[in-house]
Amino acid sequence: MANNQKKKLTPVQQEYQKLAKKHEPPRPVFKNCLRAFIAGGGVCIVGQLLQDMYMKWVGLPEDQASTATVASLILLSVIFTSLGVYDKFGQWAGAGSAVPVTGFANSMASAAIEHRSEGMVLGVGGKMFKLAGSVIVFGTVAAVIIALLHLLFNPNIAGGGS
Amino acid sequence: MRKGHQSWVFERKPVIQSTATVVGPFEGRGPLGKDFDVIHGESTLNQDSWEKAEKMLIEEAAQLAIDKSGLTKEQIQFFIAGDLMNQIVSTSFAARTLGMPYLGVFGACSTSMESLALGSLLVNAGAATDVLVGTCSHNSAVEKQFRYPTEYGSQKPPTAQYTVTGAGAAVISEQGEGPIVTSATIGRVVDMGVTDPFNMGAAMAPAAVDTIQAHFRDLQITPDHYDLIVTGDLAKVGHGIVCDLLEKHRIPVDLAKYWDCGMMIYDYDKQMVQAGGSGCACCAVVTYGHLLNRMKKGEFNRILVVATGALLSPLSYQQGETIPCIAHAVSIERGNISG
Repeated sequence: MANNQKKKLTPVQQEYQKLAKKHEPPRPVFKNCLRAFIAGGGVCIVGQLLQDMYMKWVGLPEDQASTATVASLILLSVIFTSLGVYDKFGQWAGAGSAVPVTGFANSMASAAIEHRSEGMVLGVGGKMFKLAGSVIVFGTVAAVIIALLHLLFNPNIAGGGS
Repeated sequence: MRKGHQSWVFERKPVIQSTATVVGPFEGRGPLGKDFDVIHGESTLNQDSWEKAEKMLIEEAAQLAIDKSGLTKEQIQFFIAGDLMNQIVSTSFAARTLGMPYLGVFGACSTSMESLALGSLLVNAGAATDVLVGTCSHNSAVEKQFRYPTEYGSQKPPTAQYTVTGAGAAVISEQGEGPIVTSATIGRVVDMGVTDPFNMGAAMAPAAVDTIQAHFRDLQITPDHYDLIVTGDLAKVGHGIVCDLLEKHRIPVDLAKYWDCGMMIYDYDKQMVQAGGSGCACCAVVTYGHLLNRMKKGEFNRILVVATGALLSPLSYQQGETIPCIAHAVSIERGNISG
């Protein structure tokens, strides 16, 4: 893809892009990775603490406690999004804030807030999945592929059919 | 009036009678805060959408520029302005409120100087005695249209720029007191194949250099004619590239006298703006507020303002198109300012 685009450029454009590249401050990859690790890990620790609390104090069995944990993290993310904090956390944390379920909730809540001015139906309803939609589509496609692979290579299922 | 291929020299010396700048709270906290006429405490301007807030910005700036000029809006014949929103609605809706004969222009972030050049042209040609020009942009409205929802937690690369929330307007008159507009060079569209909308500085820099070069060629002057050459919103990345390109093309600009509005409006240490400021309002509020104030104090006699614009749409870059860019230059002189 990148090569294809380069081929279409004229020699002058290519020369310019070389010059421009020199002035482009590089993305701080190591710093970003470190921050993503800390922030993403932090979100997971909060999740684990919540799950333990639901199991110990509320008395929920493990599977129900994990569902309650996901719901709580989504709620927290939506609250921080509406308070205008999550986008600042996102700039600092990068993938650390985008990958956990809180990032997914943020993408929906932020789109819903942003398009509120265009009405409930076409604004909030229609545009809420502007960013989250592709996550759902490709998440589902990936799940189908993985399920097929699982079916093909899992000896228990393959062997247990007879 | 036309000189060279793409420049106008204004012999009748249109006067910038008055200017007005209105900005949001973030710009107010920046190093140029004291140069702005109105600093809003809320970036929503107490409106229920970002788009309405942007319309308010240009309405306020236009009204204030009219009031400061001592004229009434009936005495001003034309309103020339534009913005970044689809179908330039903010400006057109403000023109509805003002009720003045209106020409909407689109030059993306170069609109500030495009409107100033056209306004000065009308006055110089005798097609008008007084013209109101201006432009506006709103950070959140632009983010919403061109990028992601404002509250979405995405990480911006260090080349990204922060759109200025604000509006700048000016009244250009045949007679009066104030800085004068002496010439303008209209740029052509330059596309160097940059596709990254998070690196506008690199996309726009060649357009700025092209217009600067054309200006000196058409007017047959050398860069030392000006006390200051300033680009609109190239920020750190684009500024560095322009410095390199000027040297490469052997345009003898004293680099200490070449600034960029996008690097002046925010405090890099305290404000998280990545490479610097951008947006229609960036060049407008820095020029009409800060630079003309300093000119009135006598710090500069002649400046060349080169406003740069990226002529892309959210659709065009999603379809993989490169970013065409433009720059318009206007030279402003101290003129007959008393004191």
